[in-house]
Amino acid sequence: MLDKQTPMGVDIIQNCEVTGFDVTDGKVSGVQTSRGSIKTKKVGLCVAGSTTLLADMLNMRLPIEAHVLQACVSEPVKPLLDHVVTFGAGHFYCSQSDKGEMVMGGDLDGYNSYAQRGNMPMIQHVLTGGLAVFPNFSRLKMLRTWGGIMDMSMDGSPIIDKTHIDGVYLNCGWCYGGFKATPCSGWVFAHTIAKNEVHELNADFNLERFHSGKIIDEKGVGPKPWIG
Amino acid sequence: MLEIRCPYCGKRSQNEFSYGGDGNIKRPTLGEEINTKDWDDFVYFRDNPRGKHTELWQHFRMSDSGLKHQEILLPMRYLQLVK
Repeated sequence: MLDKQTPMGVDIIQNCEVTGFDVTDGKVSGVQTSRGSIKTKKVGLCVAGSTTLLADMLNMRLPIEAHVLQACVSEPVKPLLDHVVTFGAGHFYCSQSDKGEMVMGGDLDGYNSYAQRGNMPMIQHVLTGGLAVFPNFSRLKMLRTWGGIMDMSMDGSPIIDKTHIDGVYLNCGWCYGGFKATPCSGWVFAHTIAKNEVHELNADFNLERFHSGKIIDEKGVGPKPWIG
Repeated sequence: MLEIRCPYCGKRSQNEFSYGGDGNIKRPTLGEEINTKDWDDFVYFRDNPRGKHTELWQHFRMSDSGLKHQEILLPMRYLQLVK
C-alpha cells in the first residue's frame, strides 16, 4: 500500500503514536509522536474510538462517549447467506464471510468502556434475536467474539467540522455506523481541510449544533449515547 | 459478566441493572439561572476518560435511587502494563 501511495504524496507511518500537539496562539504548528515531531499547519483528527484521548491533548472537551460494541463469528459452515440481513427491532445483523463463518452483531453493551471487550449478556441478547430470524443457527457454535470502541456522539450523528483551533479539523462521532459512509466522509473531510471551510454536505455536522440545539434530523438518539 | 454490588441486594449480575451514564455530572439546580455554555456542558459534553470512571447504575429492584459505583474501565491486559 505504501509503494502505491507515496507517488501521490502520502506517507503512512506505522507504529507511531501521537503524544501531543504544538499549539501557539490558537494555531496548530506540529504534532509530537513517539518517533519524533512533525511540523504541520493542518491536522485532521479522524481516530474514531480514540477521539477523546487525542482531543484531551488539545484541551478540547467533546460531546462524545466511548462505548463497546461486540460482534462474533460462528464456526464455518457451507454457504447459506449471500447478503446482509439486519433485524432492527431485534438488534441483530448477520452476513456470511468468505470462509463460511456467520458474522453477527447487534447492540452496544450499554456502558462507557475503552476495554475492546464486552460481556456475555449482550452476546446472548444478540443471538436470541438471531435465532428469531434464523432458527437454523441454533446448533452453531460461536468461534470468536470481540469488541470495538465506538465514539458515540450525543445525537447519534457524526461531527465533521473545523475546531476553535486554527488548522485542526475533526471527523468523529460516527458511533457504530460509519464504515459504509467512509468514501463520502473522507471526501468532505478532504474538502474541509484543503479549503479551510466545510462543504455543504457536512455543513450541518458541526460542533455548534450542540450549543444552538439544531440537532440533525435523521435517525439519531441523544443525549444518552448508550441507548442504541 | 459484570457483577455490581447493590447496597441492598449484594452482588448481582449486570443484566439486573440499567446504566445511567457519568456519575459525576451535576444537574443544574432547578429554578436557578444558568448560562447557555454550562447548560450545554451538562447536557452534551463529557470527560469520557480512559481509566477510572464513576458511573450511575440503577438496580431494577430499587425504586428511585441511582447508585454510584467506581468502575475501572481498562482491560486486565492494560492494568498489567501499568504495573
